[in-house]
This record gives sequence, C-alpha cells and structure tokens, in this order.
Amino acid sequence: MSTVNVRVAAIEQVTPLVKHFTLVREDGQAFPPFSGGSHVVVAMDIGGRIHRNAYSLMGAPDDTQAYHISVRRQERSRGGSAYMHDNVAEGSVLQITMPVNLFQLIRMGRKHVLIAGGIGITPFMSQLHDLKRNGFEYELHYAFRSPEHGAFSAQLKSECGERAHFYIDSLGQQLDIPAVLSRQPLGTHVYVCGPAPMVNAVLEAARELGWPENHVHSEQFTAPPMGDAFKVQLAKSNMEVEVTADMTLLEALETAGVGPDSLCRGGACGRCELDVLELDGEIFHHDHYLSDAEKSSGKKILPCVSRARCTHMLLDI
Amino acid sequence: MGLAFKEETFRDDYTYRNSLDAIRRFPFPFPEDKYMYSVNIEPHVKGKPGSVLEFPLDIDEHYVSECRDKAITLARDPGRYASLPHMMDAQWDVLELIMESLSRDYPEQFKLTKDGNRWTWQNLPLGIENTFTFGDRSSLPMEPFEYVGRQIQGDWVILDQREGTLFADAGIVTSQADWSLAFDVGMSWHQWHAPVPRATEIGVMDRALKFMMNLQLGEPVRRLNWTMTLNPRLDTSPENYPLWGPDRNHITLDNAGDRVHLRVELQTLFRLPRSNGIVFSIRCYLISLNELATYPRWAKRFHRILKDLHPDLLEYKGLTKFHATAVEWLSRYDDGAPLDIGTHPE
Repeated sequence: MSTVNVRVAAIEQVTPLVKHFTLVREDGQAFPPFSGGSHVVVAMDIGGRIHRNAYSLMGAPDDTQAYHISVRRQERSRGGSAYMHDNVAEGSVLQITMPVNLFQLIRMGRKHVLIAGGIGITPFMSQLHDLKRNGFEYELHYAFRSPEHGAFSAQLKSECGERAHFYIDSLGQQLDIPAVLSRQPLGTHVYVCGPAPMVNAVLEAARELGWPENHVHSEQFTAPPMGDAFKVQLAKSNMEVEVTADMTLLEALETAGVGPDSLCRGGACGRCELDVLELDGEIFHHDHYLSDAEKSSGKKILPCVSRARCTHMLLDI
Repeated sequence: MGLAFKEETFRDDYTYRNSLDAIRRFPFPFPEDKYMYSVNIEPHVKGKPGSVLEFPLDIDEHYVSECRDKAITLARDPGRYASLPHMMDAQWDVLELIMESLSRDYPEQFKLTKDGNRWTWQNLPLGIENTFTFGDRSSLPMEPFEYVGRQIQGDWVILDQREGTLFADAGIVTSQADWSLAFDVGMSWHQWHAPVPRATEIGVMDRALKFMMNLQLGEPVRRLNWTMTLNPRLDTSPENYPLWGPDRNHITLDNAGDRVHLRVELQTLFRLPRSNGIVFSIRCYLISLNELATYPRWAKRFHRILKDLHPDLLEYKGLTKFHATAVEWLSRYDDGAPLDIGTHPE
C-alpha cells in the first residue's frame, strides 16, 4: 500500500466540533485526481503507537494541489480525532494513503439522492463536484444538530441552491426519510452517510418501498469498539497474540509483526478479512462488509473492527 | 530512444516479421515446463531497460503498422469500439493515462503540452496533432477513448465498478483472441469469464475479482496470457472467423515454422482516478515458431508446454487441429535434458 507524506497547510475550525485540514504533498508534487466519495487513511504516531483513521476527501476531485479532509472530535475517541484536533497544527507532517473509493456515484443512475447526517456530509462534498461535472440530476438532504453544527451549510446552499435541503434538529426540523424516498422517480440511486440510526432508517425505508438493493448505498466507518481482552492463535505464524482491551485485533497482529494487508480500517472494504479455522467462543462482528451468513458461520473475521470472546481462536495467518 | 517503425501487414500478404531486437525482447511466458491456467498477477513495476516492461505502456517497431491495421478493422466494423453513456469520466481518465505515459516515456515520438485544461497532443509517428479542452467531448474529432485508443497498440477495455463486481462497459478491441466486444459489452466479471475451463470450479475467478476490486490508484498490476495464432493476424475475432478459422486446416510440418505463431498477451490493469473504473489493456505480441527457435531454449520449453497441455485448454484456446503438428515441429529442439527455471533466452 503506497503512502505519501503530507504537510498540513491550513486548519479551519468549521464548527465547534469540526476542523477542516488542507493537506499538500511534502515532496511538492501533485496529488492524483480522485473520484467523489473517496477516502484516505491518515496514519498518526500517537505515543509510539501508529493509529490509522479513514477520512473522506471533500475537495474538488480535479484539485491536484491540495487534498481536504474534515475531522469531527469524537466524544469517546481512542485518540485519533482528539490527536487531529489537539496535536496537529499547521506545518505538521502526516502520512496518508492514496485515495480509495468505497462510496462512489453510480454513473448509470438517472437521479441521485444524497442523505447526510452531521459529519457524514464530507463524502458528498466531493461527490457534488462529480454530479455537477456530469450534469446529473440530484438532491441533497443534510440533517444536523443545531445551526452552529451545520458544517459547510452556507457553502452548500450557495453551490446547490434549491437542490439542498437542511434539517436542523434544534429548530424542530425533521428529515422524513420515507417521504423523500417515496417521491423519487424510477432509476434513482440513494446514498447515505451519517450516524448508524440514520443509515439504518434509510436502508429500512428503501427496503419497505421496494427499492432495488443495488440502488441503495451507504458508507460508515466504524470506530473500532473496545472490549475485553482476548487471545488468538495464528496457524501460519505459529504463535499466540494477546489483544488487549484498548487495541484492535488488527493492531495486535501488526504489533506482533504479522499484520495482514489492510485498507480502510473501518470495517468497510474487506481487505483485512481473515479465515477463522477454529473457535470455541463467540465473534462480535462490527463490520459492514461480511454478509449475515458469513458472520453467523463464524468462519471469517475483519480484525480491524471485530473482536471475540473465546479461549481459543485459530486464525489462518 | 530511437524507434524505427516497420512497414508491414497483419492480413492478406502477412509481411509482419520481428527484427532480431524484437525477438530478443519477446515476453516469453513460460518459466517452467508445465502450464496451468492461473491468475499469476504481479505489480506492474518498471522492468529492465529495453524490455517490454521498461515502461507502463510499451511502444515497439510494429506501432505504426499496428495502428494502421486497427484503423482498417474499425473502418470495416465500427462496432469494435463501444462505450456506454455513463463511461465519459473513465474515457478522459484513459486519455490522460495514455497521453501522459507516452509523452513521458517516448518524448521523441509523442508530445503533450498543457495550458490549464487546454491540451495539445502531437503524435509524430502517425502525424496527428490536436488542441482540445480536457473534459469537453466536443473539442475532439471523436470520443476521447476512441481517439486515444486508435493511437496505441493493443486492445483496451474499461471496467465500471458497481454492485460488488466489474462491468465491461467500454472497449476498443481489434486484436482479440477470438472474443467479441459486441457480445461482452455490458457484461459482469463472472458473465464474461464463464467460458474459461476449470477456473470457475477452483474459485480462481472469485479470488481474481476480489483482488481487482481492491486495485489501488498508482499501483497497476499485470499478467501474461498466451494462445497461438496462425499467420501474424491481429484480428482473430469471432466476427471474422471465416477469414482466419480455416487456416487451421492447412498446417504442415513444412509451413508450421513460418505460419504458427505464439501469441502472448501482456495484460495490465490500472485503477482510474476520476471514475474509479479500471482499464484493462491487452497488448499482443506475435512470434513465429521459426523466430522463437532462434533461441532453442524457448523452442524446447514451448515443446514441453504444448505436449502436456490439458485437452480442455487445447479446446478453449482453439489449438486442437494443428496441435500435433506444432508439437512435432518443436520436438526437434527438445533433447529431453532438464531446463533451468526462467523465461530468459540463451
């Protein structure tokens, strides 16, 4: 996985909880253009431990001079978002991956409905450029907590005009998801990014209205939930690794020097998937990648976000 | 780098030949005595100077004549170029990839100058020059993918990634080993690979798809594939089967060295930046058995590969009718002594 060193060229406090970072390449070269909805994984050295978080790129995809990300300070952060807010300053150097897209526009769609909750607006900031460049029909529905938490709402209003609809919770404005979906023409695709209840509400409403599954798209990067410590055994490496309570299984494997390839580290891309050869307990799947059948089989695990309660779990690595 | 382009034909009188240099750099694909269909994908990193892997896109002495042959095929059958309407971002991605690669790696032959979105492209070997606005379809004489696809060797297919698979939604295909763009366009990964024998059962296609869906920007990959062609013909399409299929009935020990060709495809895959599509390039290299045998090591290896090839693969690759003759022709070079591993010539 190729990475590139970037320097933080500017930081803007967008809302009380959100900071916008402008990144330029340290070697002075241009970034590649990217597709709307792409993310990069930012590596941070926090007290000697490498921490990696995925953030959506939100600038114009053809701006090759700078990449833009926004970070919301998470209340119960394991360190990633707090580090970005408290320790990263203009001039700081970070390491990022090349863009990866797990949330791209389906260009065959006749119309595109974007539904964002809070910081979930970020992937749509770049998708909007793609929509406009291609002349696609779209609507944006953006829900946030209160006026001061509506990151980029003024910019969106001026760029999207009547296509942008805002729902401000503190003013009693509610986004009626079934109503939005039920008035769309055939051939529409819907995209949702936001907190889990919102994503689930969109998936459920689309299902009940009979939308084809392949017209419904969501992106959630799960912050890896912490849990009890457990131990795993590794078949190929012939060793045992302890996963402490404040560490993911993937991080534990990496610390032991046997980490599998990984990309998004948020349970979305499937790159780090491992085969479970033996298990005497229970896996807690937190990813959005494995099918329900795969999860219940107990034969696969995404070590970036999932954990286990067991005395013996043999992994094929 | 000096490149002398040859005047030659890939049809009718078949004057195509490889120079000594071209034979020397031929991408011989068999490191071992046994061949199994496999995915054998590796990173498409820079190879040795002078080799076909020196640059991401290889231009060789056949460039001008090959582009001319492509134009003939397209004129007779415009359906060899196809692009579904949602592929326009990907078309510009491919134009950029090809123009940037060629102008960077072959600066004496190709020049690209940019003034913001105003690009000027000069293709000196083909005598083409256009100034256009990147992203504006109307500023080029034809769609961007067709424009650039006519100026590069090999076949090109653009894959759209959606619904957990890849769809072949655009292509310019004029030198294919018996498959049809008109038939495959719009198909998904598993649909267009359905005819590959034994691959579906062993799960090769599922693994390859997963690998491709994870293809990273700036990290292209490649693999070699191969088949055999009678006469140095690029256009062995199903549409034109009557023009080349019957050649299989006329192979003898006397003419095999001249007519039977090993056809190697250098297949490369690049993730595209704006569209998140993947472009699949299939670059065809042809070498006659006579030319191959100028390096006896290659003839000896190829004899062992062909002799033991699984009957399903003989059938799939369309080799059954002349297989025995080719094996017998090659057997003269095989003394039975062990060959060390590797694809290099003597």
